[in-house]
Amino acid sequence: MSTAVETRTMAQALNSALRDAMRADESVHVLGEDVGALGGVFRITDGLTAEFGPERCLDTPLAEAGILGTAVGMAMYGLRPVVEMQFDAFAYPAMEQLVSHVAKMRNRTAGRMPLPITIRIPYGGGIGGVEHHSDSSEAYYTHTPGLHVVTPATVADAYGLLRASIASDDPVVFLEPKRLYWGKDALDATAPVEPIGRAVLRRPGRSAVLITYGPSLPVCLEAAEAAKAEGWDLAVLDLRSLVPFDEQTAVELVRSVGRAVVVHESTGFGGAGAEIAARLTEKCFHHLAAPVLRVTGFDIPYPAPMLEHHHLPGVDRILDAVARLQWED
Amino acid sequence: MTVLDHRHLAAPVPGWRPDATGPRTDPAPLLPDESPHRVLGTPAAEKADPELLAELYRRLVVGRRYNQQATTLTKQGRLAVYPASTGQEACQVAAALALRQDDWLFPSYRDTLAVVSRGVDPLEALTLLRGNAHTGYDPKATRTAPLCTPLATQAPHAVGLAYAAQLRGEDTVALALLGDGGTSEGDFHEALNFAAVLNAPVVFLVQNNGYAISVPLTRQSAAPTLAHKAVGYGMPGRLVDGNDAVAVHAVLTEAVERARSGGGPTLVEALTYRIEAHTNADDATRYRQDEEIAAWREHDPILLMERHLRGTGQLDDRLAQAATEEAEALAARMRAEFHTDPELDPMSLFAHVYAEPTQQLAEQAAQLTAELDAEEQAR
Ligand SMILES: Cc1ncc(C[n+]2csc(CCOP(=O)(O)OP(=O)(O)O)c2C)c(N)n1
Repeated sequence: MSTAVETRTMAQALNSALRDAMRADESVHVLGEDVGALGGVFRITDGLTAEFGPERCLDTPLAEAGILGTAVGMAMYGLRPVVEMQFDAFAYPAMEQLVSHVAKMRNRTAGRMPLPITIRIPYGGGIGGVEHHSDSSEAYYTHTPGLHVVTPATVADAYGLLRASIASDDPVVFLEPKRLYWGKDALDATAPVEPIGRAVLRRPGRSAVLITYGPSLPVCLEAAEAAKAEGWDLAVLDLRSLVPFDEQTAVELVRSVGRAVVVHESTGFGGAGAEIAARLTEKCFHHLAAPVLRVTGFDIPYPAPMLEHHHLPGVDRILDAVARLQWED
Repeated sequence: MTVLDHRHLAAPVPGWRPDATGPRTDPAPLLPDESPHRVLGTPAAEKADPELLAELYRRLVVGRRYNQQATTLTKQGRLAVYPASTGQEACQVAAALALRQDDWLFPSYRDTLAVVSRGVDPLEALTLLRGNAHTGYDPKATRTAPLCTPLATQAPHAVGLAYAAQLRGEDTVALALLGDGGTSEGDFHEALNFAAVLNAPVVFLVQNNGYAISVPLTRQSAAPTLAHKAVGYGMPGRLVDGNDAVAVHAVLTEAVERARSGGGPTLVEALTYRIEAHTNADDATRYRQDEEIAAWREHDPILLMERHLRGTGQLDDRLAQAATEEAEALAARMRAEFHTDPELDPMSLFAHVYAEPTQQLAEQAAQLTAELDAEEQAR
């Protein structure tokens, strides 16, 4: 059991969360492609088969619809499946199960058949992956009622949010920012598990708020640091969960500061940022000194790795947006 | 007829298949071969066409060198990733050789060598894995679909293309390449079913190399062979020694000709082995033993071919040397062209998203141009 405060990578924190959840609750089962002997291609399930046996950490045939569909049946019978999709774009074959069944079973059965399934999906770019290995697919999931959509940006949240997701009685799409897998930080596995759906202020500031999540959090923190040179004092809000969206925290913050930029690396049109910006505009209109802006990836299929740095929003693009926040007023 | 009248139970089941009127009398042609079809090392090899043997040999040697050089380039950071087909060269070159120039190939991500063996420029075939562009070659000009990463998803495309060719009255055949793991995906099954129902001129070649990343075949399928999967869909399933280039070529040629002449689809399972790890990013020691690899090295496709050619006196120095020279020339060209970073145009991000760029894309292109100009000036 992880007790003391230790330095861990995000990948290790996720591994600890799975291990601790499996130790704490026999109904927790892990299944997916290569999760057994290999420990997953990112080693998130490393050692679980050795400790819990191949029934509780199951290498499945290579079929995402089959994996998630099987998890539905397992959950119907009282288990808590944790499913691994190997890469963002390889979850798409399971879309039918996700949208038509996982997301709707509670509703279709008038609450009699909830599905406590956690679907772990490594997502996003920045690691030089070829085609189909860098998609940011959160908008597909947030647009599907019945799913929680969660994405940690820190080592502690990777642990805490995964424990909370597995404990949730609703299905959770757990998006793992793969370019943060190898980042190290302190992890206290005994810290109380926070419920899903709360944003945290990672950095206070009076000039404008950067609202972000997952892989873009470190970029926003870097931008806030760089903004000091321009005389801007930027707050950074980490959403951690897109569904539910912590409207109260975001609204209070934006009302008090009056200027906001939403930052994410996925495509902007119809993206999560569009929803957030619209909502904040509705709720904060009279407190805003400028429209809520978005900084996102371009509206293009994810590019080849040698060009991805042009696509991913970086510090400069964020600072450019801050500069457009109508300071003259 | 009253409810009590049960005589109808004795009546024959009405047939909804034209030929389902009585028990089958034909010798179950759908059932796959009991043991893998082989030519090399059997008496049949004596009758093999010497020119074909020489051609297969030459391509095997060049293909092996291609695999080695590409793997080296990953170690030097010149290729982002390379899923080597080392050990599987017989399948790759035979797949290419069994097709006519105007047939179509639908490769998966491990099939760069099949693509190259088909005549696509070796460097253009590698852009996906190098990381500079998704598909570096022209699919229409080369009649080769893009290297497909999401598993088995190209199989229905092959069916559709073959069907379209048939509708047009052309005798084009499509060949889809898959791995053993890919046969578990829904798309694989849907493709087989469509192909059989449409009688589409398509051939499916499954390169069963024992593993899907770490998962061995026993955890992938409980079928006696993967070729058996054909039976339920109503097409022949053939099992072949995937390291015997002559046998793979023979079985594929037969299947392609069958498809071309209106005989419908075939599923071919080639038994082979992945000598290297899944890709350079994989640690194969976690899931397989050295002894297993050693056994398969004894059954290497080039070794099998050389043994036969030597035994029959067909491998003279001239042939061996020509193959080696061609292989080294290709390797040298790869090294030279990968020595420097490719020239990339950032604005290509916005090309080819739509036939006509949307207004939003035009704005985003302008934004990137401004950013790049600012960067340039800051320098
Ligand atoms: C739909 C989908 N799921 C998962 C993956 C990730 N993946 C890439 S290769 C691979 C194993 C493929 O095994 P197999 O089909 O046997 O082909 P081989 O690699 O052995 O040639 C996996 C799981 C993928 N590319 N596509």
